[in-house]
Amino acid sequence: MSFAPGQRVRVSAREHRGHHRTPGYLKGRVGTIQRCHGSFTNPETRAYGDSGLPEERLYLVRFENGHPVSADIYEHWLEEVE
Amino acid sequence: MSHDHDHDGHGHDHPHEPIGRDGEPAAAARARALEELLVEKGVITRESVRQGVDWLVSRSPGDGARLVARAWVDPAFKQRLLADARDAAAELGLDAGPSPKVVAVENTDAVHHMVVCTLCSCYPRALLGPPPAWYKSLPYRSRAVSEPRAVLSEFGVELDRDVEVHVLDSTADVRYLVVPRRPDGTGDMDEEALAALVTRDSMIGVALPASPATADV
Repeated sequence: MSFAPGQRVRVSAREHRGHHRTPGYLKGRVGTIQRCHGSFTNPETRAYGDSGLPEERLYLVRFENGHPVSADIYEHWLEEVE
Repeated sequence: MSHDHDHDGHGHDHPHEPIGRDGEPAAAARARALEELLVEKGVITRESVRQGVDWLVSRSPGDGARLVARAWVDPAFKQRLLADARDAAAELGLDAGPSPKVVAVENTDAVHHMVVCTLCSCYPRALLGPPPAWYKSLPYRSRAVSEPRAVLSEFGVELDRDVEVHVLDSTADVRYLVVPRRPDGTGDMDEEALAALVTRDSMIGVALPASPATADV
């Protein structure tokens, strides 16, 4: 699955006890895909000495926080909305 | 705080200070212990550590400022910078560093970007040098996303209400560089003089560039 700019997505609210790069304040939040940065090795496995493969797509996602906040979120943390 | 203890197999009971360096913070001691182990196991060498530190402290905001000044005087270069900052940096002979991707974002009269890493201290070190201490501090990292206008105000930046403040949280492989707005009254300045107006903080997005009257050029 991949997402397109303008698409609405929800950040998974799941718990993850190991190293990960999805900030807690955005978990469960709905945002809009701004752009895809390409694919990068997965920090959740790379942090433990693994190759980080397969690569994961990384998206810039925009959220409304009273003002816009955009963050880079890996695809496996994003869910389709509706 | 001396203590008595018993070393395995060769007990001694004389009191002595904990083995360490006077006043060394715990985090520094941990980093030093890790370095010792990694060197001992042949994962890294002392030479590679020294080279890494040398590279880091040799970078400075002057490099990012050259990119911004070129973008101010050359609209075609600005478009290339916004499309791919690594390639644009290479045009000026600058190495954008080991991060997989560097993205430049432009401040305009409609939107003002500011950059934070809420998770740690991700920062375009290759183009700006080491990050300032406040960038790594918990208050900046939490408040930048919750009340950016208040943070900007404390840095002395008051933006009109109709300017959108857009916070970029660099959570992953991308490093963000802000291209600030070119100050008014700089129409006849050359690229080198303009670069002197481009401060580190203006490329993080917590300040405006220096005005030509106050810049030390």
